Amino acid sequence: MSEAAAATPARADRGGALKDAGITALIALGLFLPLIGLRTVQNIRNELVLETRWPLLAACVGAVVAVRLLGTLVVAPMLARRPAATLAARAAKSARRARLPRVLGPLAIGFAMTYPLLVIWLVGATGANKWIDNFGIQILIYVMLGLGLNIVVGLAGLLDLGYVAFYAVGAYSYALLAKTFGLSFWMLLPLAGILAAFWGILLGFPVLRLRGDYLAIVTLAFGEMIRLVLINWVPVTNGYAGVSGVPRPTFFGIAFNASDQGFAAIFGLAFSPTHRAFFLYYVILGIGRAWEALREDEIACRSLGINTTVTKLTAFAIGAMFGGIAGAFFAARQGFISPESFTFMESAVILSIVVLGGMGSQIGVAIAAIVMIGGTEILRELDLLRAVFGAAFDPTQYRMLIFGFGMVLIMVWRPRGLIASRQPSVSLHNGVPPAGDLVKEGRG
Amino acid sequence: MEVFVQQLINGITLGSIYGLIAIGYTMVFGIIGMVNFAHGDVFMVSAFIALIAYLVLTTWLGVSSVVLALFVVLIVAMLLTSLVSWAIERLAYRPLRGSFRLAPLISAIGMSIFLMNFVQVAQGPRNKSIPPLIRGEFLLIDSATYKVSLSHKQLIIWAVTALLLAAFWYVVSRTSLGRAQRACEQDRKMAALLGVNVDRTISATFVIGAALAAVAGTMYLTHYGVVSFADGFVPGVKAFTAAVLGGIGSLPGAVLGGLLIGLIETFWSAYFSTDYKDVAAFSILAITLIFLPQGILGRPDVEKV
Amino acid sequence: MRAHADPLLRVEHLSMRFGGLIAVEDLSFVAGRGEITALIGPNGAGKTTVFNCITGFYTPSEGRISLAHGGGAFASIERLTASGKRSLRRSGAALYLLERMPDYLVARQARVARTFQNIRLFPAMTVLENLLVAQHNALTLASGFTLLGLIGARSYARAEAAALQKARRWLARVGLIERADDAAGELAYGAQRRLEIARAMCADPVLLCLDEPAAGLNPREKAELAELLHAIRAEHAVSILLIEHDMGVVMDISDHVIVLDYGRKIADGAPQEVTRDARVIAAYLGVADDEIAKAEAGLP
Repeated sequence: MSEAAAATPARADRGGALKDAGITALIALGLFLPLIGLRTVQNIRNELVLETRWPLLAACVGAVVAVRLLGTLVVAPMLARRPAATLAARAAKSARRARLPRVLGPLAIGFAMTYPLLVIWLVGATGANKWIDNFGIQILIYVMLGLGLNIVVGLAGLLDLGYVAFYAVGAYSYALLAKTFGLSFWMLLPLAGILAAFWGILLGFPVLRLRGDYLAIVTLAFGEMIRLVLINWVPVTNGYAGVSGVPRPTFFGIAFNASDQGFAAIFGLAFSPTHRAFFLYYVILGIGRAWEALREDEIACRSLGINTTVTKLTAFAIGAMFGGIAGAFFAARQGFISPESFTFMESAVILSIVVLGGMGSQIGVAIAAIVMIGGTEILRELDLLRAVFGAAFDPTQYRMLIFGFGMVLIMVWRPRGLIASRQPSVSLHNGVPPAGDLVKEGRG
Repeated sequence: MEVFVQQLINGITLGSIYGLIAIGYTMVFGIIGMVNFAHGDVFMVSAFIALIAYLVLTTWLGVSSVVLALFVVLIVAMLLTSLVSWAIERLAYRPLRGSFRLAPLISAIGMSIFLMNFVQVAQGPRNKSIPPLIRGEFLLIDSATYKVSLSHKQLIIWAVTALLLAAFWYVVSRTSLGRAQRACEQDRKMAALLGVNVDRTISATFVIGAALAAVAGTMYLTHYGVVSFADGFVPGVKAFTAAVLGGIGSLPGAVLGGLLIGLIETFWSAYFSTDYKDVAAFSILAITLIFLPQGILGRPDVEKV
Repeated sequence: MRAHADPLLRVEHLSMRFGGLIAVEDLSFVAGRGEITALIGPNGAGKTTVFNCITGFYTPSEGRISLAHGGGAFASIERLTASGKRSLRRSGAALYLLERMPDYLVARQARVARTFQNIRLFPAMTVLENLLVAQHNALTLASGFTLLGLIGARSYARAEAAALQKARRWLARVGLIERADDAAGELAYGAQRRLEIARAMCADPVLLCLDEPAAGLNPREKAELAELLHAIRAEHAVSILLIEHDMGVVMDISDHVIVLDYGRKIADGAPQEVTRDARVIAAYLGVADDEIAKAEAGLP
């Protein structure tokens, strides 16, 4: 083909791209005009009036057009030019990726164990608290929640949108029992797990006959109901005001004060690997396989003599137990809990950790928790953004905005999650684990 | 008796708002089997667009006729909300089509978080309230102890809802777009083979759902006169509940479910306690689904061995 | 009805109605222990419905389906029926009323295993894991409902090793040992069919129900299948009930054939007898065009 012939379509492309950008600009203008271009504010007489923000509107539309042009003129041709990966290369790549979890697992546990000490060593005892508390414990609590929900959604394939209910049960069990009866953290930790598991069975029993989206909506309803009960049952839960002064964990009667939080963190961190080991054991044991088989094909399970109701309930109960234990940690860490901490958004965040991590993959869950929770926590810290957008800029405001948008982007980029291959429970030849794209999402 | 009639009137008003939102859920679910979690927030965005359009009309352009203002506000809200929903579908859902089921759901949850926080950042976290647009009421029963009234705004809400539902019904049952939608619902691949533009049909579904949500948003603003960035979630969940209750995928079911949820909520508040009104709505949902899993007007889901 | 010296499964007056549709009507037959019994008939004859009734996926509208472990158990069938219980177990023998049992108990207690017309494997799990899921109940028992397994009891480790051993044997038997660590969904169609049979056999059944095992197989694979089924019967104490369209396969391997048409039994006997039956020929091959023409011409 001659050069001229090759150039013509490129020029046509450019014209097309400009036209496309023009349309994009119009759409962006339509989207942003009312909500960004105009702002409702209250005047001195408490009436709503409009303010205009034309420069900001122009900037936003401009940014959208720029992204679009970049996409059509630079990224798309680049993608088109890139030679299609050969089948062998792709297989090799997926094999590499599959081996990753095996190496990463022990590494992650080791890192989690030494993290608090590392931080103290790096930033000194005074500055360490923020890093351990905000990052370490917060992330680990979400890892725990993610692992628990992973059993229900990732392994058993039951879409649970009300998982936060069990988190709340655990947190309130710990807070109320510790406050009223003065029981110790280490005693209440398993108790919180057991109580949450009990609720899991109680709620699970009627809803397990439902499938797919019906199950999702009923679990969502149950999650909301538990929150509403927490709000309205004032004599016990103190309603919106929440429970404050939740006792901190003690170790053989020695109270940790706030500056010793690193200590509690170490225990929290130490607990998570145990947790993970426990979880892994389940997978290796038959029950984990039965959960996965349930997700793959419920009817085939029944034809093999597996009692699907009992298996689903076990998944629900064990998932709930993890939630309850995480709740107890949460209450102990905060020292204060209120129904506001247990909204649907929390369930949504946990679910997205599971799905973003790659359903059924534990290391994926851990990575997703670090990315999602750690990432949004870091947004609090960035003074850099303030330097760009001026002193009045408050990055925390944009935290959830970016969080939501990030969720969409990650899904579009990797719909199967970050770690999309699954680890088989046994293998004969130590072969390459199967590709994740065969994994079903279950109908239950 | 008087209390009953009054609550009936209030319940129908609330229920028609839920019903309008529920249609968006049920249509999208019917056609692509996805729970559009961001739909409640689209409703909230539409209420904001309506609010801003109303302020432009009254404070800048000096329109004094309420009926004219309301009409223009409705049109503007429907158009711009449709655009928002179209853009959401294009950006967040279409790339995930054919992917596994949970991916679009997570994307929708992300979109929902995004929209809520976007409005919070762009318009501020406070409640936005406007003076009542329409005053006046018909006194239906005027006994010594209790007055039953039907306010003009309630009447307008009923009328607009009924009119738009009729128009909507015509579109989905009589036009080629409706036929294409039903074809895509049955078998998307086959419909595409027969020349139905599937992408466009799905976009149209989102647009219609959003337009109806915008009607609900405008009515919500007219009725309560106040809106905040967080107002999308609870009505959204209740409307979804309504869609499931009526039988998800069924359009008359969505309207019926909406009315039922509205009535349950108002009656529960009137006769028992307002504290637990949402618990009541959710309990009824759970009970219905456990004993009647396909909803009231839905088709049963047959398990094939 | 063909008489059997030692029956394994007895289906008596089985009817299954879905609303107004009668899928199976008053069907009775017996499958003998150690035999291969074939259930044949044109599409829509109700064969899969019969299967679903036997394996507990459907509860029949009417009729009794009984299965005996060990000889002579049928003697107490009336007593069991009257007692309202699901099963009667004595040392060495047991009798089950399958229509009273939920699907998973039919598989677990009565030990009836099945395959599906549209193969139902666990596609994302490996071939080996598929076979281990089939041994889930045995493993759960050995692990003391996972509690012993959690503390690492020896009995569990032994059971797991035995399960692996058994899975390995079956993989070798169906020629899939090389593919053990591949996802089941990645196998070719014929291999998936073989894996499904191996999985059913790992559940240690006394009755193996195969729903169209030869569908979609090429002639070589069909021959292998026939050989596999013969071998299974020869080496294991298992009887086979199969639904099949392919007359070649049916004639080749079955001892006993039952023909269904529109939910009713129209023939029952040895393969050679059945093929000679005029009603079977009419139902199965359809009536030839010229015969219809002749019949129409004969009408007043």
